[in-house]
Amino acid sequence: MLTQRAKQVDRKPMTFLESIYLWNIVKGMGITISHLFKKKATIQYPEQKRTFSKVFRGLHVLNRDAEGRENCTACGLCAVACPAEAITMEAAERLPGEEHLYREEKYAVKYEINMLRCIFCGLCEEACPKDAIYLSQTFAPANYGRKGFIYKKEELLIPHPLKDKEAYEKALGNKAVKN
Amino acid sequence: MILLSISLWFILEKAILIACIIGLSFFIAMYTTYAERKVAGWLQDRHGPNRAGPFGILQPLADGGKLFFKEEIIPLASNKVLFLLGPGLAMITSLVTSTVIPWGAPIVTDKGSIPLQVADVDMGILIVFSVVSVGVYGIMIGGWASNNKFSLIAAIRGASQMVSYELPMGLALIAVLFMTGSLKMSVIVDNQIHGGWGGFLSWHVWSQPLGFIIFFVCALAECNRTPFDLPEAENELNFGYHQEYSSMKLGFYLFAEYINMFVSSAVIATLFLGGYDIPFVNEASWKLEPWLMSLISFSMLMAKISFLLFVFIWIRWTIPRFRYDQLMNLGWKKLIPLALLNMIITAAVMLWLKK
Repeated sequence: MLTQRAKQVDRKPMTFLESIYLWNIVKGMGITISHLFKKKATIQYPEQKRTFSKVFRGLHVLNRDAEGRENCTACGLCAVACPAEAITMEAAERLPGEEHLYREEKYAVKYEINMLRCIFCGLCEEACPKDAIYLSQTFAPANYGRKGFIYKKEELLIPHPLKDKEAYEKALGNKAVKN
Repeated sequence: MILLSISLWFILEKAILIACIIGLSFFIAMYTTYAERKVAGWLQDRHGPNRAGPFGILQPLADGGKLFFKEEIIPLASNKVLFLLGPGLAMITSLVTSTVIPWGAPIVTDKGSIPLQVADVDMGILIVFSVVSVGVYGIMIGGWASNNKFSLIAAIRGASQMVSYELPMGLALIAVLFMTGSLKMSVIVDNQIHGGWGGFLSWHVWSQPLGFIIFFVCALAECNRTPFDLPEAENELNFGYHQEYSSMKLGFYLFAEYINMFVSSAVIATLFLGGYDIPFVNEASWKLEPWLMSLISFSMLMAKISFLLFVFIWIRWTIPRFRYDQLMNLGWKKLIPLALLNMIITAAVMLWLKK
């Protein structure tokens, strides 16, 4: 008797009226018809979307700074932090004349995230000292094969803030820009 | 021979009528599947199908197209002839029942009247009953020919269920026939047109409320609708007698079921809800064109049928399936005594009124 709501089971045989179930069925139909006029719980997905919380962790984005230079220096801290070992990268040195492309002297030539391995924990975001990677609010990746789920730099890089401002802001989402 | 001198016009008239009714049955059955999903959605706080066309009205076409293009599989261990016969029989019987239903007021012209009824035979309603009992074979043959234990169990369940529920259905009907004194469908409808409130008070549902309820419950059981859908119980029997069927043969079974629903709603509307009678008005005093009058009375019947179809669907999405012993108890121990009681009371009242 933890809840004081326990009821004795009624084992009386049903009366004739009860045994033709009619009244109870009518009561049930009353309940269902009342739902006809209630608010629908559906979110019509492609047109309507659920609003996300500030800390929602979606697909990754490789960030650029305000002048459009890549932030990543290929230090490898994100790959070390990754518990699912989903991140691979290759570093290269910035050549003279590439200052408008990369912010620091070292950058990532190859940067891959295997979205099938990724668990979207956000540890890479926390590990990054340069604010180069963060988890955006886009989600639901779809592809025809497993290979397509290994996201290359082209898929990960955020659009250029000066050349394509609209797309840049959309990809940035409502996350506060820290740099 | 006077019997053989049937005019060509007569044959043409009936052929057109038959084509219209079959087309109508298919159309209504198609959109009942849509209504089923839509109402199911609404009753469960969802929207239902709304992607194919505006409000999803092309959904039945998409479903039908899908069924057409599915692979046709005939199991090796099945009896091929019977396997093909099953869905065909189910379809034919469900279509044939609509022959005796008067779909609207007859179009009266100066050369004679054209009844909106394929055959106004003397034993009208009995034709419906005899054809419905043949309908059991569609399920039985399909279930047997599949050579699958689930299908066989479903076929046995279906046969015994339909046979048991035909009894109270017939008994409830007899009480109505006491009042009309004729088996002719046109006479049964005519009996309900001339009454108070433009015929509304003479509808049989007021004089036979118990008979109406019994008939409706039995109609649910005859159509294998929830709560009596034991022959196709998805979670016990894997879809029952149409488990081994695929492609359009499955489509025929499913379609036949919806046509059955449509026709049984039409029969209920004709027997108890005044058929094509328009309530609260004296339609004879309007002096409208005969074809317009027929059209209006036909739409009235369709409105009644739509309401009944909605109730069918509403019940389906409200109550769960009966257990098999509950089903049999309800049929034999509750509905048959009630129907007998109803019959005796009706007979007594009729005799008392005649005196």
